[in-house]
Amino acid sequence: MNWTLLGIWIGALLTLCIYSFLYKDNPFYKFAEHVYVGISAGYLLAQDYWVQLRPNLFLPLWNDYAQGQVHFGFIPAHWYLFIPGILGLLVFTIFIPKVSWMFRYTLAFTVGVFSGLAITAELSARVLPQIGGTLRPLLELQNGHVSPWETFCNLFLVVGVLATLIYFFFSKEHKGFIGAGAKLGVWYLMVAFGAAFGYTVMARISLLIGRMQFLLGDWLHLMR
Amino acid sequence: MQNYSRLRSGFRKAQQLALNNHHFKNQGLRALLLFAWLALLASTSSAALAPPEDIKAFDTPNDAGGSNTITWKASPDDSLLLGYSVKRNAKPEGPFEEAGVVLKGQEEFQDAGLTDGQKYYYRVDARVLGDSASSAVAGPAVPSAQWFNLGRVNILAFIMLFAGVVLWYIARAKKGAKLFIRRIAGLDAVEEAVGRSTEMGRPLMFIPGLLSIDDVTTLAALTILGRVARKAAEYDTPVLVPCTDPLVMTTAQEIVKQSYSEAGRPDAYREGNISYLTYDQFGYAAGCDGMMLREKPGAVFLQGYFYAESLILAETGHSIGAIQIAGTTAVDQLPFFVTACDYTLIGEEMYAASSYLTREPIMLGTLKGEDLIKLLIVLALTVGVVLETFGKHWIQALFQ
Repeated sequence: MNWTLLGIWIGALLTLCIYSFLYKDNPFYKFAEHVYVGISAGYLLAQDYWVQLRPNLFLPLWNDYAQGQVHFGFIPAHWYLFIPGILGLLVFTIFIPKVSWMFRYTLAFTVGVFSGLAITAELSARVLPQIGGTLRPLLELQNGHVSPWETFCNLFLVVGVLATLIYFFFSKEHKGFIGAGAKLGVWYLMVAFGAAFGYTVMARISLLIGRMQFLLGDWLHLMR
Repeated sequence: MQNYSRLRSGFRKAQQLALNNHHFKNQGLRALLLFAWLALLASTSSAALAPPEDIKAFDTPNDAGGSNTITWKASPDDSLLLGYSVKRNAKPEGPFEEAGVVLKGQEEFQDAGLTDGQKYYYRVDARVLGDSASSAVAGPAVPSAQWFNLGRVNILAFIMLFAGVVLWYIARAKKGAKLFIRRIAGLDAVEEAVGRSTEMGRPLMFIPGLLSIDDVTTLAALTILGRVARKAAEYDTPVLVPCTDPLVMTTAQEIVKQSYSEAGRPDAYREGNISYLTYDQFGYAAGCDGMMLREKPGAVFLQGYFYAESLILAETGHSIGAIQIAGTTAVDQLPFFVTACDYTLIGEEMYAASSYLTREPIMLGTLKGEDLIKLLIVLALTVGVVLETFGKHWIQALFQ
C-alpha cells in the first residue's frame, strides 16, 4: 500500500472540498470542515499530552518515585510540580456546579503570572526602545552640513508618532488642535495599514502558490 | 617587539618593490624576491609577541549567575594576531583549559555555564600561527546571581509611575469623580448591531480571537462580550460564541450567564451556544465560517487577537450580509478588518471599549491613567527631540 500516494490524494480532495466554499456552502465543504475541526482537536490533544504533560509533569514525578528520590519517604524531589498539576485539575471543577468556583483560582493564577511577565517584556522590548528610537534630532548633520533627506525623515517620524499618540488620547474630544492632530494620526495609520496590507497579501499569494504546486505537481503531475 | 615591527615594515617595502617595480620584468626574479621575503618573515616569526595587558576578571553584573566577564587591553601586536584565547582554571597555578576564543580587536569575553560560588582564575593568550603570548593571571572571579538587574531600573521607574497614576485615577473614580471618555464610533454601533439582528430574527456571533485567557486582548474581548451579551439578553437574541481555547470557553460561559442574569433573563441562557471548536488556527476559521453560513447571524463581532484567519472570517461575515464590528491589537490584521468590516476598534480602542461600555471605576481609572502616561510620553518626546537637536542625550539615556 502506497501510503504517501494515499495521503496526497486525501490532501488534494480535501483541498478541493475546502475551495468549494468559494462557490457556496455545500456538503463537501461541511464534510471537510468537520473532518478538519475534529482531527485537529484530537491531534492537538494527543500532542499536548506527549509534548507537554508527559515530559513536564508525569515523567519527572514518576522517575522520582521509581528512583527513590523522595524526601521523608513520600515527597518527590520535584514536589513543586504538584502545584500546576492541582491547578490544572481545578479547571475540571467547572463541570460540578457546587465547586465550580474553584476554577477561578487557576484562572487568577494564569492571568496574574502571564500579565506580570508580559508587563516587563513589553516595556523592555517595545515601549521604551520605541520611545528611545523616536528621539531624533530635528536637524540631521552629515559631514558638517544639514542633510535635507535625513532631516525630513526625522521630522516625518517624530510628527507621525506624536499625531498617532494624539489619536489614541481618549480624555478629550477630537476638536480643534487635538482634532487636527488626530486626523493626521489617522492618515499615518492608514498609510501604515496599506503597506501592511500589501505585503501580507503577497504572503497569502505565496501560500496559494504552494497549494497550487501541491495540486498540479504532487497530485496531478502536471508541473515539476 | 620593536625589532619584529621594523623587520616586518622592511620586508613589506621589499615586497612592494618586488611586486611593483617595472624594471623587474623577469617573473623568476620577482618570485625569488618574494620567496626571500617569506623565508625571512618565517625566521623572524619567533620574535617576541606582546601579550595582552591589564587583564581583569569579575562576576558578570546583572545576571542570573554562572557567568564571569574577562576584559583586557589589546596586545600592541593586535593587528598581527589570529585572535585571543581565554583560558580558565580553578587554581592560579594552572593547568589552564580553554574557555573560549575571540577574534583580534576584541577586548572582552563572557564565560558562561560556571558554578556559582566557585573561584576561577583566567589568563588571556595572544595567538599567531605557531606562537602565542600569555598575559598575567587574573582572579579569582566568583560567579553569582544578582537579585536586581540594575540595567532595568528605568523599567521599574516607569512601572511605578504608571501604576501610581492608574491607582490614583481609580481612587478618584471610586469617589465618584466624573471622568470623561470621548465617543468611540465602533462602540455606538453595538446597540445598532444587536437591534438589527433582533429585527432580522437572527442570532449574534461573537468571535473572541485565537489567544488564551492569559492574553490581555482576550480579556478585553470578553469584557466587551459581557456588554454585548447583556444587550442581546434584553432583546432576547441568541449569542453564539465559538472558542478556540477551553479556558476562554469556560470564562465566556460564565460571563454570558452572568449577563443574562443581570438582564433578568437567566432562563434564556443556552450553554450550548458557547462552544469549543478546535485549537488549530485554520480549523477554527473553517468551523467559524461554516457556522456563519449555516446560522446566518445578523451581526458578527470579531474581538480579540487574530492571525492570518482574520480576512477569512471577515470576508465570510461580509458575504452573508452581517454587520461586522472588529477590534484587535494585531497590527498586521488591522488592515483586513478596516477593509472588510463596518467598524473597527484599532489597538487601544479595544481596551477603551471596556471602560466606555461598563463605566466601572477600575476600568475608567485605568484608561485615564493610560492617557496621562501618553501625555507624559508626548511631552518627553517633544522635549527630547529638541534636546537631541542640540546634541543633548539626557532624555534618550532614560529610555536605553
